[in-house]
Amino acid sequence: MRHAVALTLAAVLIAALARAGLAAGWQGPAVLGIGLLATAAAIAAMAGLSASDTLAARIATPALFGALLLWLWEMLVVGLHISQVLLPSPSAIAQAFTTHLPVLGADFRQTVLRAVVPGYILGCGAGFAVAIAIDRSPFLRRGLLPLGNLASAMPIVGIAPIMVMWFGFGWQSKAAVVVLMTFFPMLVNTTAGLAEAGTQEQDLMHSYAAGYGTTLRKLRLQAALPHIFTALKLNSTLALIGAVVAEFFGTPIVGMGFRISTEAARLNLGMVWAEITVAALAGSASFGAIALVERAVTFWHPSFRD
Amino acid sequence: MIEGAPAAPARRLRDGACLPIATVLLAVLAIWYAAALVLNAPAARAVLPKQAGIAAFAGAAWSQTRPLLPAPQQIAGTLARDLFGWPLNAPRNLFFQASATVAEAALGLAFALALGILLAVAIVHLRAFDRSLMPWVIASQTVPVLAIAPMVVVVLGNLGLSGLLPKAAIAGYLAFFPITVGMVKGLRAPDPLQLDLMRTYSASRRQVFAKLRWPASLSFLFPNLRIAVALAVVGAIVAELPTGAQAGLGARLLAGSYYGQTLQLWATLVMASLVSLAGLGAVGLIERGMRTLRGGRL
Repeated sequence: MRHAVALTLAAVLIAALARAGLAAGWQGPAVLGIGLLATAAAIAAMAGLSASDTLAARIATPALFGALLLWLWEMLVVGLHISQVLLPSPSAIAQAFTTHLPVLGADFRQTVLRAVVPGYILGCGAGFAVAIAIDRSPFLRRGLLPLGNLASAMPIVGIAPIMVMWFGFGWQSKAAVVVLMTFFPMLVNTTAGLAEAGTQEQDLMHSYAAGYGTTLRKLRLQAALPHIFTALKLNSTLALIGAVVAEFFGTPIVGMGFRISTEAARLNLGMVWAEITVAALAGSASFGAIALVERAVTFWHPSFRD
Repeated sequence: MIEGAPAAPARRLRDGACLPIATVLLAVLAIWYAAALVLNAPAARAVLPKQAGIAAFAGAAWSQTRPLLPAPQQIAGTLARDLFGWPLNAPRNLFFQASATVAEAALGLAFALALGILLAVAIVHLRAFDRSLMPWVIASQTVPVLAIAPMVVVVLGNLGLSGLLPKAAIAGYLAFFPITVGMVKGLRAPDPLQLDLMRTYSASRRQVFAKLRWPASLSFLFPNLRIAVALAVVGAIVAELPTGAQAGLGARLLAGSYYGQTLQLWATLVMASLVSLAGLGAVGLIERGMRTLRGGRL
């Protein structure tokens, strides 16, 4: 463990040295040698860290890997003089990110807060409500479920141009696409989850003279939670994609999809990558938040027990 | 047979899936026609004389040239015309457009299979990979890749890579995730008892992989392959959206949306769904073939 920490520190130091050397105009072989040394140190540190089971090591290993990737990217772009038009370096992206913070904030508000969040809540809510509604009718369930499965496999995002036609260029059309994209996964997963509770448990509830509502609330919904969270996590990514793609088909002059398509057309890739960073942060944050809630609520599930 | 129980055919009708699905489909059709009536009412009223009957009104609402919501038979008509009304190599033929999308999705899926299986093997066998790589594989999917698809196409286009490859790359990026996750789960599916048995045979790691892990993973691979197929089709369509794409269902969607051709939009959408379904069917066939080859189980 102590070796791994020392190696990590060494890797970071050598990596910083290599980058500074590039900036100072060192030539190829020297930078290459130092760079290889830093990479080797980082890999050795990761191997050392992965042998340990502490929480710090569990976080540090992937963090180190990510940092290594970013650093390699930076070194390759700067060292090989790759045009910033093709692939901006991480430092250039960070600079674009900080200088255009107000624009990025406005785009985030338009796309995420006004389109994704309402659409996600409506779509997931509707899928959940329909699943509960058809729960009492096996006939409807047998009819809707195969079709719902089919609909989840379809390229629903293609409906975006039609929604833009119906609801106009504003956030409403984007929210509508998000509703449609999130509805079917939620419906299918909730229905599958409601079938999860075992016969023994259901019999027990029956012997307590628990009615349909009580059994649903106290047993079957609890048992369905892992499936519901699967849908929530899946939908958090789908929702962002739906809103951004819908913006390619018509939008007011604000929004992440709008910015990405116009700035890419102007070959202003630093800005595009800054927008992607925002999207990635939003996506990872929402996914992580849902995963944390899942861990707290379904702590009893085997996948969370060690 | 218990007295009073329904006869076998009647019971099969009641408990089978066909009747419920047919009912739901009919309900969807009915709602669709009603919605088309309501949504297209203003346009239909504009072309009809004031005292036209309900039949004439419905006829007008269900046969607009640019309806807000086309009636199903209009979509079917457009689909049939676009599929069979033009020569096969004409850009207006829907088969021509769909074949471009299918080629991109298929190539992307091949990339995804290679990358996904390779990653899964590395993750299962090397602990350092498991720890460092898996979180990034998951994080890679929280990036809305489809959102950057147009940019990837533009950049690769500047590098001189145009046509099939950039679109296949995006389809592959989307599709590799379910394959990786499914394969990791599948390669880890053998329980300690079976692994111990292999140990008592003094099997090498390669033999354990070939004779135990790989066969065990296939039943996890196929359900995830279905998800991957659907994602690959979506990825190919979205990658075709940026201007400059000449062929493909995505280019057709964009053209239809620019010129307000709702019938063309809907027909393309139906075609895209048919492509997805065909992909799912192909995976199902392969799965069934494997099952037969391996004596009835995966």
